[in-house]
Amino acid sequence: MSETRLILSGDEAVAAGAYASGVSLGAGYPGTPSTEILEHLSKLGGRAQWAPNEKVALEVASGVSFAGGRSIVTMKHVGLNVAADPLFTLAYIGAKGGLVIVSADDPGMASSQNEQDNRLYAASAHIPMLEPSDSQEAYDLAIKAFELSEKFSTPVLLRMTTRVCHSQGIVNLHKTPEKPAACHFEKDVKTRCMVPAFAKPAHVKLVQKMKDLAAWNDSSDLVQIIGDEKAELGIITSGAAFQHAREAAPEAKILKLAMTWPLPYERIANFVKTCKRVVAVEEGEKFLAEKIRAKGIAVEEKKDLFLFGELNVTKVKKLIAGDETPEEPPKPGRPPALCPGCPHRATFSTLRDLGCIVAGDIGCYSLGLMPPFSAIDSIVCMGASIGTGLGLRHTLPEEEARKVVSVIGDSTFLHSGLTGLVEMAYNRPATGHVVIILDNSTTAMTGLQENPATGRHLDMSEALKVDLEAVCKGIGMEFVEVVNTTTEQEKFASMLKTHLAENKIGVIIARRPCVLQMKKLAKAAKKA
Amino acid sequence: MEKSKLTNVLFAGIGGQGIIKASDMLTVAAFRMGFDVKKSELHGMSQRGGSVSSDVRFGGKVYSPMIPEGEADYLLAVSEDQIEVCGKMLNSGTVIIKPSDFPEEIASSKMLNIAMLGKLNKFLKFPRTLWESLIRESFKGEIAEENIKAFAKAEEM
Repeated sequence: MSETRLILSGDEAVAAGAYASGVSLGAGYPGTPSTEILEHLSKLGGRAQWAPNEKVALEVASGVSFAGGRSIVTMKHVGLNVAADPLFTLAYIGAKGGLVIVSADDPGMASSQNEQDNRLYAASAHIPMLEPSDSQEAYDLAIKAFELSEKFSTPVLLRMTTRVCHSQGIVNLHKTPEKPAACHFEKDVKTRCMVPAFAKPAHVKLVQKMKDLAAWNDSSDLVQIIGDEKAELGIITSGAAFQHAREAAPEAKILKLAMTWPLPYERIANFVKTCKRVVAVEEGEKFLAEKIRAKGIAVEEKKDLFLFGELNVTKVKKLIAGDETPEEPPKPGRPPALCPGCPHRATFSTLRDLGCIVAGDIGCYSLGLMPPFSAIDSIVCMGASIGTGLGLRHTLPEEEARKVVSVIGDSTFLHSGLTGLVEMAYNRPATGHVVIILDNSTTAMTGLQENPATGRHLDMSEALKVDLEAVCKGIGMEFVEVVNTTTEQEKFASMLKTHLAENKIGVIIARRPCVLQMKKLAKAAKKA
Repeated sequence: MEKSKLTNVLFAGIGGQGIIKASDMLTVAAFRMGFDVKKSELHGMSQRGGSVSSDVRFGGKVYSPMIPEGEADYLLAVSEDQIEVCGKMLNSGTVIIKPSDFPEEIASSKMLNIAMLGKLNKFLKFPRTLWESLIRESFKGEIAEENIKAFAKAEEM
């Protein structure tokens, strides 16, 4: 390599580490703050593809692993909920080719619906977890994750957080990239067919594997002690919190963890003995504190105030001091809003004017919640709009039930709306139901990613285009209409009124490309 | 400039004003000057016309990528109304660079972000040639040359 030191974001550094490790395939679903990993892997020349959702992405990657290839799966924290089903059983099965799952958590909710802490997944699924604290470590630990995955035959979780994903720093790219492994199939029924007869011994093996990994962590150089040996104040920390802690308390001695599950309890116990006072400095849940205290090791846990939001240098100083005085709320900046020319604008103003009860979903169009539209009544998770709308229809008095619609984006519909539509065909409400697919022909919220309905792959090459109308008809919808709500707003309003008044189940596809996507495509066409 | 001391530069504006580009350029400039450097910002929902800010920190060794409260040495407010939003980050010595510091033809142009870097460089004193090559790497042809002029004019202002 000609240039080995580069400025990279944490996401780019993970991609560089995966590329250097000879990854055969990267799969994932776009989700802030994880999206840039696969985009960068593709730019580097690696094979990277968007899956319809995180569960499918992990299953595809597990197939690569069975064939002996290395694979990386990327998602935001809530994506791991979707992928949790294969995750728990893949822990039993293990990995042949290295299998690395990136969970990008979003403490502070820069762009998410909750602050869940996915370290808890590592503990409950029995999967080792590595946590980089900056871009250099994101690169180093991505490489380490593939090695560990193969050494111990286990999927490895690489937990990033927003500040690590989207911060940039200097990265020394020290590894000469490997070529992807030549794959072949070896039959191994006992390892890969998780029926009770094989899963029972696999579970026993898994418990032993985690003990071996804990012992490995205890003796590895991933555990570091930084600072004055004679310091009275000790800090146990990992990830972005380490960087804040080092700056907030330069006088302290820090036990820095890179593998936060399973924990190196021996090293932790020895460290605690050398300090007068030890505080666990961590973002999110009191994960380290609770696990360490459960072993009878005296570590102070943070106060409840610090369960919320991101940490920073100022907050870490307060955390260490046990200072619970609430933060002065930040001055409100300009809130985000639907772009000028956004096709969702006309859709939501119509829903507002018709007084609809709107079960919403996850995407740019969550902004339909804000004034002047104020046209969304619930937002839960990817795909929830359809099921929620059906439940409302089943139970509300008829007059109210007739006002209920579900709105869902094109990418979100393919992610987890399909099964909702099947439910709608199977358990239809007496008043029928109307689903509006907001088809702006891109995954806009996360930065204009392609999806199975755009006709393009991640690298913009041509793909088979999933036909949304045919899918809806195939499931059994009694009407499927396509309308451009911006240029045909009156037609849309009268169409919606008609369907709300009848007892049919069906879908209105509000189709008009995102304005930003149109700009992106025009730019790409100019280049070509 | 003393190498071990940290310099904290905060950029603030509205999505689409070139905050990310300008802070990227300062990050690379500091890197090429041999400093340790980190930059931090949030993507996602905030890009939809909302407030955007970016922290760039450089010096001997940078730990946290986020500027602590009250420790911004410079604020580049590409949108004037963001100065108040950033209030917590400033101290009595913070140098604030804002649109009204510039002649109208620059303040209302797309080059405001680059002109602000020019004014910042009065304090940082990185070599002009470094910035010129960075601007040429970031923009094409005529646009690059216009930005170089805007940068130079701001630095000499």
